[in-house]
Amino acid sequence: MDVLPYTRQILSEPPSLYPAYTSTVSRSPRQPLVTIPQTLTEVTGPMAFGDRLFRPPVHDMTRQGKGEPLGERIIVSGRILDDRGRPVPSTVVEIWQCNAAGRYIHKKDQHDAPLDPNFTGQGRITTDEEGRYRFITIKPGAYPWRNHHNAWRPAHIHFSLLGRGFATRLITQMYFPGDPLIDIDPIACAVPPEARQRMVSRFDIDTTESGWALGYVYDIVLRGRNETPMENVK
Amino acid sequence: MSHIQKALTHGLTPWQTVGPFFHYALPWEGGNTLVGSDVSGEKIVLIGQVVDSDGAPIPDAMVEIWQADAGGYYHHPDDPRHAEIKDRDFIGFGRCPTDEEGFYRFETVRPGPVSGPGNSVQAPHIAIGLFGRGLLRRLVTRAYFPDSPLNEADPVLGLITPERVATVIASAEPPVDGIPVFRLDLRFQGDCETVFFDV
Repeated sequence: MDVLPYTRQILSEPPSLYPAYTSTVSRSPRQPLVTIPQTLTEVTGPMAFGDRLFRPPVHDMTRQGKGEPLGERIIVSGRILDDRGRPVPSTVVEIWQCNAAGRYIHKKDQHDAPLDPNFTGQGRITTDEEGRYRFITIKPGAYPWRNHHNAWRPAHIHFSLLGRGFATRLITQMYFPGDPLIDIDPIACAVPPEARQRMVSRFDIDTTESGWALGYVYDIVLRGRNETPMENVK
Repeated sequence: MSHIQKALTHGLTPWQTVGPFFHYALPWEGGNTLVGSDVSGEKIVLIGQVVDSDGAPIPDAMVEIWQADAGGYYHHPDDPRHAEIKDRDFIGFGRCPTDEEGFYRFETVRPGPVSGPGNSVQAPHIAIGLFGRGLLRRLVTRAYFPDSPLNEADPVLGLITPERVATVIASAEPPVDGIPVFRLDLRFQGDCETVFFDV
């Protein structure tokens, strides 16, 4: 059975091997990927099972502790779209991040910065019918890592998306506008400059709530289904 | 500017690594158990070790699987036989972080064959996504079963050079409590580098 495949992602994807990000050297395949046609396996996926698969939704990450977390409260919202601008409804959006001081609650994070007892830095929701999502969180801090001398990750929020099929899976990172660390960060720079900008959120005064929190908009574009059947790769 | 114009202007959002600190956010309790007690079909366990070029285990990777049920149905509206699905409790998706020794483990059912391109039939298989620190994007592979006569004519296995096909065929391990165990190790590099797919 032939299926309508999803767009291939070649131009926007970082390579597996990007030596400036040193962990890729021992963890990237040396053999070329084997291109296969998208079959029923790849065009289907765990769609619209969010309520059965995952933990309860968390959209306000500032309300998970006994008190308010420290740092700058922000709103992060946007839409999940496919590459034809069609919304991706009812899809799971999972995010995680460090706290305002640049420290993850993760037990292996040894950065010498304080944990915040009122902040775990994880949230998950499903998009609405128009593909919208909205989180309330704390602006994450930059933090050092051991990739190279004086290496610092730009402030970022990790995003995990399922989309409609196995082929549409995406894990990415959202950066903040004007951050000087982005263009010297090997993980962000593994993506060519034009596509890199797609990972930078924009400040939005209409998303900002008066007297309460700044708003950032981050739209995510997933692979879309082709309108007409294409020749499968033989 | 309409949303359509905007999307086409901006293009696809790129991949970034899952990093080392996803554990408190992505895996969930029971995420590696795809079956309840009354699932139809043959229960199996799928395990494997994720290793780097030196054979060292990768303790901070994450594995996801997606598969058809025992009847070969994908629980998704784009499966043309979706309306016939009886076993509504099965979803077919699982997620498991690797442990300190680099192992993942799923409790699932042996999937049925599903249709492939043209009039072909795909041998029973489980789609695998591999994530981790140092992986800028997901690596995709499949687990096939060592005892399936359909492997011979599988349209995807047929795209792999013969000497590498073994890297996507799980091995049968001793059963545990009567449940068959299949093992597929995932190797980033080296002599037995796993075949990874561009889908």
